[in-house]
Amino acid sequence: MMTKEDPKRPLLVLENISKAYTGVVALCNVSITVMAGEVLALIGENGAGKSTLMKILGGVVQPSSGHIIIDDVRCDGFSVTESQSAGIAFVHQELNVFDNLDVAANMFLGREIRKGFLRLLDVKAMRAAAEPLLRRVGATFEADTPVAALSLAERQLLEIAKALSIKARIIIMDEPTSSLTLSETKTLMSVVASLKAEGIAVIYISHRLSEIEECADRVFALRDGKAAGELCRSEIHHDAMIRMMIGRDLHSLYSPPSRPAGRSILSLRSVRTRARPRALVDFDIHDGEILGMAGLVGAGRTELAEAIFGIDAIVEGQITLAGKPFRAASPHDAIQAGVYLVPEDRKRTGLVLEAAICENICLADLAAVSRNGLVSQSAVKARAEDQRIKLGIRTTDVMRRTAELSGGNQQKVVLGKWLSMRPALVIFDEPTRGIDVASKAEIYRLMRALTNAGVGVLMISSDMEEVIGVSDRIVVLREGEIAGSLSRPEFSEHNVLKLAVGAN
Amino acid sequence: MHKKDLGLAVLIIIVGTVVYLRNPLFLSPINLGNTANLIGLFGLFAIGQGFVIMTGGIDLSVGSMIALLGVLFVDMVGKFGVPWPVAILAVLVIGTLLGLAHGLLITKLKMQPFVVTLCGLLIYRGAARGYTGEATAGFPFGTRYPALEWLTIGRTFGVPHSFYAMIVIGIICWFLLHRSVFGRHLQAVGKNEDAARYSGIRTGFVITTAYVICAVLTAVAAVYFAMFTRSVQPSSHGNFYELYAIAAAVLGGFSLRGGEGSIIGVVLGAVLLQELQNLVNLLGIPSSLNFAVMGTVILAGVLADQQFNRYRAKRRAAMALGILNRQASPPPQADSYPSGHHN
Repeated sequence: MMTKEDPKRPLLVLENISKAYTGVVALCNVSITVMAGEVLALIGENGAGKSTLMKILGGVVQPSSGHIIIDDVRCDGFSVTESQSAGIAFVHQELNVFDNLDVAANMFLGREIRKGFLRLLDVKAMRAAAEPLLRRVGATFEADTPVAALSLAERQLLEIAKALSIKARIIIMDEPTSSLTLSETKTLMSVVASLKAEGIAVIYISHRLSEIEECADRVFALRDGKAAGELCRSEIHHDAMIRMMIGRDLHSLYSPPSRPAGRSILSLRSVRTRARPRALVDFDIHDGEILGMAGLVGAGRTELAEAIFGIDAIVEGQITLAGKPFRAASPHDAIQAGVYLVPEDRKRTGLVLEAAICENICLADLAAVSRNGLVSQSAVKARAEDQRIKLGIRTTDVMRRTAELSGGNQQKVVLGKWLSMRPALVIFDEPTRGIDVASKAEIYRLMRALTNAGVGVLMISSDMEEVIGVSDRIVVLREGEIAGSLSRPEFSEHNVLKLAVGAN
Repeated sequence: MHKKDLGLAVLIIIVGTVVYLRNPLFLSPINLGNTANLIGLFGLFAIGQGFVIMTGGIDLSVGSMIALLGVLFVDMVGKFGVPWPVAILAVLVIGTLLGLAHGLLITKLKMQPFVVTLCGLLIYRGAARGYTGEATAGFPFGTRYPALEWLTIGRTFGVPHSFYAMIVIGIICWFLLHRSVFGRHLQAVGKNEDAARYSGIRTGFVITTAYVICAVLTAVAAVYFAMFTRSVQPSSHGNFYELYAIAAAVLGGFSLRGGEGSIIGVVLGAVLLQELQNLVNLLGIPSSLNFAVMGTVILAGVLADQQFNRYRAKRRAAMALGILNRQASPPPQADSYPSGHHN
């Protein structure tokens, strides 16, 4: 760590920080030191605890135990005000700018410069104060530009300039490049370098490991709420970071199919959906295969899955399920036919979080656990208990609220709901988003078990490693249409992306 | 019985004891009978409101509907000589249709429950006043309907039949809400409508049915109220009753966000509200303070309940962390997982 000769000093020390929400532990004994003038990259999968840690740093969430030490002063009860006065500033994923105001007004929002007897806004002074800050971050727009006229990258520069305006010493960037083009990313990298040269510490959160290789001085990894290790400048490599994030090599998570793909389970012929009436979709899901569906965000993958499931309408075209015509007008119809959807947004559409685990598992098939329209509580519990054991849902009691489970176990409850019924086809939409590695492995294993049992499996995923690792065949969607299909020997990140973007 | 219901029952007993100690008339058969009658009348439509609140909606039209249906019922029986069973049936059918209209406007046309039923409140009140020309609807002087009167305002073992009616309907509704498939669907829709839809529940049907149940129970209550007051003054009959129903449900543990509440709770809520009215009368508190007393008690009750829940959530979080810290010594869980990891 720090030696006496080191000119750098720790700006911020997090000591044994833990945070538990009702029944769920988000962080467990995490300690981090942030030095002045360094770029510390924070990595970890979704749900590893990064966002909780950032909320604690911002003072929005109070840690259950542990301390925050700033300039060798220990703070108890770290509030938003204390975070701000310590010089911690955020550049968020979703930018917090008001596009009905101009650049200077945004920069001084909440601490406006005023003048005169009536304490009216001093627009001139604010614009004058904003200009040098904008130049420092290399912005080409003026202080009186309306924010509505700025691009996303420019808005980000505004956020960074705003951080400088409050004399920030630690700037936290949360996925700053997720919506930037390549050249904009380059600009940002040089801004990060100049911030570093001024002695400002940058905490850089990103999934893009190549950027981290480029700009980070140190990498800190979180896994399942715990510290998973640190890398110094010379050790920062793609593979090392992945190993820290998931705790093992990727390949050990996947298992190959037990037999070659057979007859078609679901086939779509010239299908148009209401969400994208111009796009024609044709593809098949075969017996025995996990069909991966890749594509950029907004390519229409979720819309297609929801149309098959009856949430959205199919305008025209033929769908056959196991050889018979199939068209769901509502999820009710789809479920009757054995077509189930594990939705993308577990909390909003997958589960009734406030209800008990057993209620969720039986929700779609209450008729099976009731007689004469009256629900048998013992049958509900027995059915849930059965799924708890089969899927390894970690809980003491199926009567507990589903909200108390971790993300991975919640996802298993969604699966339990469908697996306790008679599936013909299960559509998984981002099945492992925000869940821990152990649960991921189990979900992959369950998908494989489903295909082995003759159930069709369609997996929509934005996680490239997952798509390539888990699928037996990949179809890529672009602007609502199938851009192409890849068989196992053709699998590569490059080939998938090529189809997804439609470029060479 | 839930802990919440138990707490409410204890509160009812404590308030009752205090009132009794200050004024022993509280437990006199006359007072108990009268209070039971009022509990029955208000309980009937409060249960209905409970179903609507369970969906996360609200029905503000209850009071006006009681006035409109009351006017119609009294006129049908008293003025046009319609046999009373037919009149009751007619009132129930009209109630069903009104509830259906509310439900369909809310689910099919995606209007907000507050807006739909607020308009209902205005329309039904206006219709009642317009239809009667502001005149009080009443039965002809001296006419008697022995069977109907026995059914509505009669007593058995000193207990008014309205109270029995509420108990019977309460039991049916208890099975419907807490034991039936429909009840489970209703609770799921109230807690998370999207997830319910994605689980194949016909959410539109479930929500519409809740509004129909509310309107039908309100229609039943309207008949009992009309027989109780014997005459219906269209501009004041049933005023603010929807608020009694909402208050009873909230006191009984219903959340206006939906998905939470029990039949026992809403019945106990109705009991407590009438007990408080009774308290105002018996303790010589000026009746003008009636609403103030009710409001204060509801506010305090809901606040206490909320604070208690927060305390419990905090304790649970602390416990979870304690367990985790104790487990922290062995190697991390992920590595002990059986699948894979031959590298």
